[in-house]
Amino acid sequence: MSGGARTPLLTVEHLSMRFGGLVAVDDVGFTAYDREITAVIGPNGAGKTTLFNCLTGFYKPTAGRLALARGGGTFLLERMPAHLIARRAGVARTFQNIRLFAGMSVLENLIVAQHNRLQAASGWSIKGMFGLPSYRAAEREALEKAKAWLERIRLTRRADEPAGDLPYGDQRRLEIARAMCTDPVLLCLDEPAAGLNPRESSELAELLQDIRDSARIGVLLIEHDMSVVMRISDHVVVLDYGRKIADGPPDAVRDDPAVIKAYLGEDDEDELPPEVAADLGVGTAEGRP
Amino acid sequence: MAGSPYARGARDAAFAAFVAFVIALPMVGMRTVDRNLRLTLDFRLVEVASIVVLVFAGRFAMRLVGEGLARLVLPAAIAVVVGGWFADFATQTLKVVAVGGGLVVAATAILAIVKGARSARPVAPSAGPGLAARFAAGFQRSTVLVGIVGVAFAFALPLLPFADRRVLDVATTLLTYIMLGWGLNIVVGLAGLLDLGYVAFYAVGAYAFALLAMSLGLGFWEALPLAAVAGAVSGILLGFPVLRLRGDYFAIVTLGFGEIIRVILLTWVPVTGGPSGIGNIPRPDFFGMAEFVRRPVEGQVAFHQMFGLEFDVLHRLIFLYYLILVLALVVNVVTLRLRKLPLGRAWEALREDDIACTSLGIDRTNVKLAAFAIAATFGAIAGSFFATRQGFISPESFSFIESAIILAIVVLGGMGSQTGVVVATLVVIGLPEVFRDLAEYRMIAFGLGMVLIMLWRPSGLLAHREPTVRLHPAGGPPAETPAAGTAR
Amino acid sequence: MEYFLQQLVNGLTLGAVYGLVAIGYTMVYGIIGMINFAHGEIYMVGAFMSVIFFLLLGMFGLQWVPLQLLFVLFLAMAFTAAYGWTIERIAYRPLRSAPRLAPLISAIGMSILLQNAVQLLQGARPKPLPPIIQGKITLMTRADGFTVSISYLQIIIIVVTVALMAGFTLMIQRTALGRAQRACQQDRKMAELLGVDVDRTISLTFVIGASLAAVAGLMVVLYYGVIDFFIGFVAGIKAFTAAVLGGIGSLPGAMLGGLIIGIIEAMWAGYFKSELGEVAVFSILVLVLIFRPSGLLGRPEIEKV
Repeated sequence: MSGGARTPLLTVEHLSMRFGGLVAVDDVGFTAYDREITAVIGPNGAGKTTLFNCLTGFYKPTAGRLALARGGGTFLLERMPAHLIARRAGVARTFQNIRLFAGMSVLENLIVAQHNRLQAASGWSIKGMFGLPSYRAAEREALEKAKAWLERIRLTRRADEPAGDLPYGDQRRLEIARAMCTDPVLLCLDEPAAGLNPRESSELAELLQDIRDSARIGVLLIEHDMSVVMRISDHVVVLDYGRKIADGPPDAVRDDPAVIKAYLGEDDEDELPPEVAADLGVGTAEGRP
Repeated sequence: MAGSPYARGARDAAFAAFVAFVIALPMVGMRTVDRNLRLTLDFRLVEVASIVVLVFAGRFAMRLVGEGLARLVLPAAIAVVVGGWFADFATQTLKVVAVGGGLVVAATAILAIVKGARSARPVAPSAGPGLAARFAAGFQRSTVLVGIVGVAFAFALPLLPFADRRVLDVATTLLTYIMLGWGLNIVVGLAGLLDLGYVAFYAVGAYAFALLAMSLGLGFWEALPLAAVAGAVSGILLGFPVLRLRGDYFAIVTLGFGEIIRVILLTWVPVTGGPSGIGNIPRPDFFGMAEFVRRPVEGQVAFHQMFGLEFDVLHRLIFLYYLILVLALVVNVVTLRLRKLPLGRAWEALREDDIACTSLGIDRTNVKLAAFAIAATFGAIAGSFFATRQGFISPESFSFIESAIILAIVVLGGMGSQTGVVVATLVVIGLPEVFRDLAEYRMIAFGLGMVLIMLWRPSGLLAHREPTVRLHPAGGPPAETPAAGTAR
Repeated sequence: MEYFLQQLVNGLTLGAVYGLVAIGYTMVYGIIGMINFAHGEIYMVGAFMSVIFFLLLGMFGLQWVPLQLLFVLFLAMAFTAAYGWTIERIAYRPLRSAPRLAPLISAIGMSILLQNAVQLLQGARPKPLPPIIQGKITLMTRADGFTVSISYLQIIIIVVTVALMAGFTLMIQRTALGRAQRACQQDRKMAELLGVDVDRTISLTFVIGASLAAVAGLMVVLYYGVIDFFIGFVAGIKAFTAAVLGGIGSLPGAMLGGLIIGIIEAMWAGYFKSELGEVAVFSILVLVLIFRPSGLLGRPEIEKV
């Protein structure tokens, strides 16, 4: 899918996260490449969201290394506080249970995402207070970027409404747009298709491919909707009980016996109900790009 | 539940009356009094009985209105109001309760009748937000106009014929609270941090001002900025350790800080004068040019001489009034401006969801600290004004109740709403000031008012929020809205 | 050393009282996640109830102290509980789904209302009561004649507190009410779906909290012999501090926190300036919250992302 040599963007090595006696992530390692969509899949409780929280600094991993390559340098994410991971390393994320600024307008959500650049331009609010031209220019630029994203997610008409009033699918897309407004190099999406109907899922898949190809960044995706995963990912990592059980291109992972076992339990591979098989993409031609 | 509406209402009312009986029997019915150096009880059982009857009647009436019998209740309520007005009660309070309760019931009944009549009409589904909410939204939309009229009135006030000493005094007090409310609004309304110790910064400002003015002999205009700096520094010092705490813990720690500062003021006698406070704080002069005194010191001019006026004590009061008006307006303008800047948007974003803020690269601590420091500065400036206006300060003026009042103003007004602060101040401070003669009932009414307003409008009187930036002009997006226009 | 022991005994007594009030805070916070700001006033009302009923029983000529105590305890608990119930019903229940600050403001309003209503009805002057239980046991005597003693009153306070504490802990662990309470604490919506009467459970929590506060009020009346309408505020803050210190939501934590606060206050008063005792208490609160926000016995809470 992606042409040319693959550049590693995020390298995860020996990552472990313990909560008391519970090992949520156990010695996981994988690489996510630039300009690729890497999907992390696995049954409920496999440790996917914990992995994301370690990656974005909300949890401090018990052990392991998270190295992000950006602009020739390397950021060790496990040593950085969450807000610097977003700001310096350029890792943006969305949340499983959407976290928009519900009382603020759709447009404001996209402007807040550009806080750091605007704050610098406003000279600790002093230049901004007097409306100096340099700040006005920065603000105009931020507004343009927000407008462009509003067009892209087709929310221009509702720009001034509170974000919390949007329908569910729109909120999902707005959250992605908001993350993109931080100019990330790696976009982490926690179940972006959850709760979407088939048409919305398909639109989402297009949006993600579009982001990968036009913004030229890496996308890391946690997803349960296998049709989306199989259709758009370049690379799939499978977790089960906190451990990595498979890693590779979608086709290879789909046929991996360990994966099928993890999803369906032992001895069941011969008697997959057809709809489950379709969901997983096992033995069917549909769902492929 | 079975039975007629009367039986149901009566059962419900009987229960309420029973609870009222239990509550009132010891507290109202048995008063502890000193007699012959010994504590003994006075019995006021008539009052208890009246309370029980009133509660029963009130609850019964409200239930009947709820059951759709408003037309029956209305005349009875009016009868109670009229009867209560002329009848003799055991105490004046009971009379007020009877008449007031009757009025409330009557009003509810009228509302129910009107609503019933409206919904009986075939078309006109009266859906949508309630009357009060729509009024609040409309009020806020015309906020520019209301603001201009309000500010113009405020500037004209001292020139109006009825502006005597008392009016100016009350107006100055109101403006002080408005300024404090606007200051705290940054922390509570915008950043969503529940600060229960805002009075600490008010105290820091007042004491810093008094000490600077007294010990270094600084004038008002030199001491004011220094006191403001002291406020900002104390805001950062106090804020730094506590800003990481979660909501309610933050609240209780700020409360603790407020109390610590008050106790320190009480006990550090050599510096603060302890409970007896600091007196003879210099009054403000006319921008360093003239003083507000009848006979100036040799070689200086007094204000009235400078302008060739008769000496009048009101001059100083008017000057103080304009001083606080300008200070408050500065706070307001700065806040309104900040709200539209990245910092202000980050405050509101923090209030909405702080985790999402972190994920966008916003440093929560810095943003919160900025809110804390700016609000502390404003609080300290208000404190300086308080010190110079009173000429005397003591720890008594900076107790928790002050923090509670300022917080109440912010929350009752509607979180983050600047106009809300003004309206709430008029209600919370203005009404009790008007009813000053009923001093002993003031605080009761204040507490009760807080509860009732929260029950009536949990998100505040003017809770409507206007976005800081718009893509489309106010009044909704352009005509292409497909769904809205289609009538069925 | 002897002086230290004496202050320890005094501190334990004080701490028992704070602990009783702290339980009310901790239970309410646990179940509906709000600081019941009016709880300090409930304790004050409880103290007034105790004074009133002592006087009333005195008028009826009931002189035998144990019976007197038992009656007052029962009456004060029952009547104060009505206050707890009513406040929840009127001022908090309608605001359960309101914005976070609304119930808190309502609670502050209630607190102001109660304080001033009691001042108006019962007068602003302090209410002294002659000592009811006298006598003490001397534990040890120093060479210079300084004695370490524990009064019968202190023994009663500590014993009653421990007994109530044990009783309520058992109740929370063993009975259906306790189960319902813990269920509501975990997930109120789910509890409701599973048939727990949430309204009733929350009401009962307030009733229990208020009656324990009434016990604390009675103890204070016995211990200091004088109360006024303003005692609720400071005691309320200290008790809340105790609840937070012990780990909010945890009953043994509240008791432990109360004891620690009581001992610190007694020690501070014994060795330093007594007025600064409050500063010490608040400083500890701040330190605990910064370094161990979950309190001593509370479970550490992971920020849910």
